[in-house]
Amino acid sequence: MSYQELNAATKTINLITLKKTFMSPIQTLIKDLADKHGRRRESLLPVMQGVVEQENFLSEYSMVEIAREMDLPAAEVYGTATFYSFLEVKKMGKFIIRMCKTITCAMKGKNQVLFAIQDMLKIKVGETSADGRFSLLETNCLGLCHKAPAMLINHDIYTDLTPEKVREILTEYMSK
Amino acid sequence: MATSYQLKRADFIFKNENDWEEILGKILKQSPQELINELISSELKGRGGAGFPTGLKWKVASETKSDKKYVICNADEGEPGTFKDREILQRVPYKVLTAMVACAHVIGAKEGFIYLRNEYWFLRDELEKVIDEFEYYCKEIKLDFSIQIFMGSGAYICGEETALFESMEGKRGEPRNKPPYPTTYGYMGKPTVINNVETLAHTYTIFKYGAKKFYDLGVQYSRGTKLFSVSGDTPKPGIYELELGMSLQDFVHEFGDGDTKAVQVGGASGFLVPRKKFADTAIGYQGKLTGISLPTGGSMMLFNSSRSMYNVLDNYLEFFREESCGQCTPCRVGCQQLLIGIKAVKRGEKPANYLDKLLRLTETMQYTAKCGLGQSVANSFSSIVENFREEMIY
Ligand SMILES: Cc1cc2nc3c(=O)[nH]c(=O)nc-3n(C[C@H](O)[C@H](O)[C@H](O)COP(=O)(O)O)c2cc1C
Ligand code: SF4
Repeated sequence: MSYQELNAATKTINLITLKKTFMSPIQTLIKDLADKHGRRRESLLPVMQGVVEQENFLSEYSMVEIAREMDLPAAEVYGTATFYSFLEVKKMGKFIIRMCKTITCAMKGKNQVLFAIQDMLKIKVGETSADGRFSLLETNCLGLCHKAPAMLINHDIYTDLTPEKVREILTEYMSK
Repeated sequence: MATSYQLKRADFIFKNENDWEEILGKILKQSPQELINELISSELKGRGGAGFPTGLKWKVASETKSDKKYVICNADEGEPGTFKDREILQRVPYKVLTAMVACAHVIGAKEGFIYLRNEYWFLRDELEKVIDEFEYYCKEIKLDFSIQIFMGSGAYICGEETALFESMEGKRGEPRNKPPYPTTYGYMGKPTVINNVETLAHTYTIFKYGAKKFYDLGVQYSRGTKLFSVSGDTPKPGIYELELGMSLQDFVHEFGDGDTKAVQVGGASGFLVPRKKFADTAIGYQGKLTGISLPTGGSMMLFNSSRSMYNVLDNYLEFFREESCGQCTPCRVGCQQLLIGIKAVKRGEKPANYLDKLLRLTETMQYTAKCGLGQSVANSFSSIVENFREEMIY
């Protein structure tokens, strides 16, 4: 590499670092995700999923930033996000509990399990605990009917639930 | 008339055979035409619910001229009571991937995708590893084909093939009008073969053992085996591979708890069969000469006499109301009104014959809704309301 080339390269690197220091962490995250997945419309879901992985939800700010980074109307980003139940646009806790409410789980004691969770975390379905750690949601068939009732906590599955079992699981999460 | 088919267990799909390289090598040596013929003569039909002949699907896509084509594995498995695709991807992913490479070879695709529902995120890392092995293999033999996982984001409707394409294109998962069909206008407007996970896994059996082996199983119009996801009031919930064509009577004899009142065949979008019709119902695709033949994506939910069929219907309708994409009025408004309607009848706010009005509404939905979701609400609604009318009222 010649001296001129080296100089030019250093300048670009400095510019990138400089730009990054002025970017908010979410802006940096979105830029990195767009670099990884691309900026075409087909990349919108992977980019949004990437933000949800970090932030647990898509804030208005993230959606506007995604729109800017990917050169899309913000309304399109919002419209797409709100279609999908795993792309929450409301602030969510660190651990999102999704309790299956479809028929087999409902028949096999989902409500008792749900009461146990609500009682323990002092939140109702759709709410987030005051400390911002747990959100409780109901969801449609998780594909675990042979081991009903079932739930997800973030990406982890829990099956054959009973009130006792769910209390143990949550106790473990509380110390995480 | 009672059907005479017995329950015949089979073990192909989950049989662990560490020979995919050998099988794939054998497949790639054959011409697309030979492979298509093999599939057509096996009479394999799609296992995702619709039952379209797989060989024909591959054939049309292979004949369509285009600079780009795609192979997509539909792993959105969202039908209530279905959980077999997850098990296939967990236990024998290499069969599905072998089939995807075979399909790419047949139609001339360079890119493949597995559309995996978000609920199955926990499968992802292991699946990536197997994909890496396949991509390495393809590179070695200089076959230009790559496979990517595309994660869904929690929407049952994205299992419908055209909604799935919309979703992959970064949009709301709203079904398109058909035709055009995916084989000519699919993902990104290019010819696409989209198959269910299980359909792909069956092609492994066919390519390995020959079409005849597969064809000899099952009955006329319903050849081969099928995975059944058995849940509800049964002493042995789980996944079972059975030959198609058995009577529901035999099925209940094997899986019931002795007190089976009804079986929901095909998930929330399928039919509820009451006890008195078990003997006359066979499980397979349409076209059998005797009795009723019910197709199924594999969901079999058993209910015993302690269950209220009103609660079952209420649960299904809530499912449809939430999962309707909202794009067309008959389905969006229809699902809401059906739910409001049955609640009103139950509370006595509407007379019993209001149920007949609701039945006519489902008929309208069947004819006017844009996609299979709205069209199939009538299946469970009418089969439950007609067979368990008293339970809806009292
Ligand atoms: C509302 C709706 C949901 C569907 N969900 C799925 C699904 O989760 N998995 C699937 O393989 N097919 C699903 N299908 C069927 C697909 O549209 C398509 O027919 C299938 O993927 C084709 O594959 P096959 O021929 O191998 O069955 C669904 C159809 C409808 C109308
Ligand atoms: S029938 Fe229902 S799910 Fe299908 S396009 Fe219409 S509104 Fe959407």
